[in-house]
Amino acid sequence: MVKDYVKKPKVMAKDVNLYYGDFHALKGITLSMEENTVVALIGPSGCGKSTFLRCFNRMNDLIPSTRITGYVMVDGKDINDRSMNVDELRKNIGMVFQKPNPFPKSIFENVAYGLRVNGVKEAKFIEERVERSLKQSALWEEVKDKLKKSAFELSGGQQQRLCIARALAIEPSVLLMDEPASALDPISTAKIEELIYELKNQYTIIIVTHNMQQAGRVSDKTAFFYMGELIECDDTKTMFTNPKHTRTQNYITGRFG
Amino acid sequence: MTTTHSHLDEELQLLKTDTLNMWKLVRQQVEKGKEALIQHDKDLARQVVAVERRVNAYELKIDRDCENIFALFTPVAIDLRFVLAALKINSNLERIGDIAEGIARFVIDIDKQFDPELLKVARIVEMFDMSNAMLLDAAQAYEQEDTRLARTLFKKDEKLDEVNNEASYVITDYIKSHPDNIRESLHILSMIRKLERVGDQTKNIAEEIIFYIEAKVLKHKEPNK
Repeated sequence: MVKDYVKKPKVMAKDVNLYYGDFHALKGITLSMEENTVVALIGPSGCGKSTFLRCFNRMNDLIPSTRITGYVMVDGKDINDRSMNVDELRKNIGMVFQKPNPFPKSIFENVAYGLRVNGVKEAKFIEERVERSLKQSALWEEVKDKLKKSAFELSGGQQQRLCIARALAIEPSVLLMDEPASALDPISTAKIEELIYELKNQYTIIIVTHNMQQAGRVSDKTAFFYMGELIECDDTKTMFTNPKHTRTQNYITGRFG
Repeated sequence: MTTTHSHLDEELQLLKTDTLNMWKLVRQQVEKGKEALIQHDKDLARQVVAVERRVNAYELKIDRDCENIFALFTPVAIDLRFVLAALKINSNLERIGDIAEGIARFVIDIDKQFDPELLKVARIVEMFDMSNAMLLDAAQAYEQEDTRLARTLFKKDEKLDEVNNEASYVITDYIKSHPDNIRESLHILSMIRKLERVGDQTKNIAEEIIFYIEAKVLKHKEPNK
């Protein structure tokens, strides 16, 4: 049993079980995350970490025959409650995926997209928000003179930072990141990691990563998943210097997984 | 290619700041040891003994910080050498802290003022000053990444060795002419041996500074480093 170590959690899962048809993908996960921290989810392929990440913006709803029990709370609200508006939820919970997925639009329009679909029309407001988001994602200096150019003209690393800017433009309070740097070169990876470190001042970030060093570098807490169970969650320093469970130790030292 | 200031850089800077703070504390300990000896100030000597706990606390903190940096950031190249050097410098500084404490205990053990003539012939105050000057130079070399300054410490250590080598003869002569002062003479000889070790530890620190900046291993290489 993992202790519920946060008194006033920003995000919390309580006894969450998730099934894909007959497959029991998440087994009684209880985990809470404090505001303005980075939590890394690690574990071997198929351990449930991405499934768990997708619980927080209800992306698992899109997969047929999915069933979830327990509570997933954001800001004290049960997000699986019938009264929850999923569109509103996803405005509050931004997501960045493994591969950069810019829209076939200009750099500017990619970032403005979320605002426009949410009905924002005022040009000045949109311009300001686009600029601020691109600055937050450390991309502004590189693109400020070519905002009208296609997003596809950017490098992979720039495209990923553009996707982060796109997520930030609608001002979420939580950012979900599913291996956001695994398709990038080391320099771009370093930029994304630094960005995560900067962004945690304003956002609660949950990141799935296969890269142990990345979890070490960017996160405050690390949670280790194995075969659908949460084996251990603790301060990242503790997890990487003195994990309690042998399975965690074997995984982070590369002895299995 | 642009370079970025990273989270790791921040951690390394914190490690450097902590190491320099420990350095300052250790230098103060040696300096207070000297004052306690000259003035025969037992209270000051007891203060040195008490403050040794703070030196030990620094050692534990820096050890832990290095462990965390290795575990969380897997540093490479100059960053790796910096953390390796910090670990060893930490250990050297802690030993120097122990030496200052040991000297203070010798002062506490003697009930009367040390004979100024003994202090003079043994050149112990000179040794204190040389040791502390070496410690200061080493700290400056570390802070400013100045390997030229670090290299000057090897010669300075030889001067401490000279005083140390003469000490047993000088102290023997002194004891012959002052048979009532055997105990304090032996304490002074022990302090000189300890101060000679401060020179050795500082020399090791200089080797670590050069290792981290230039990637050159100078250990066990004599004499022209």
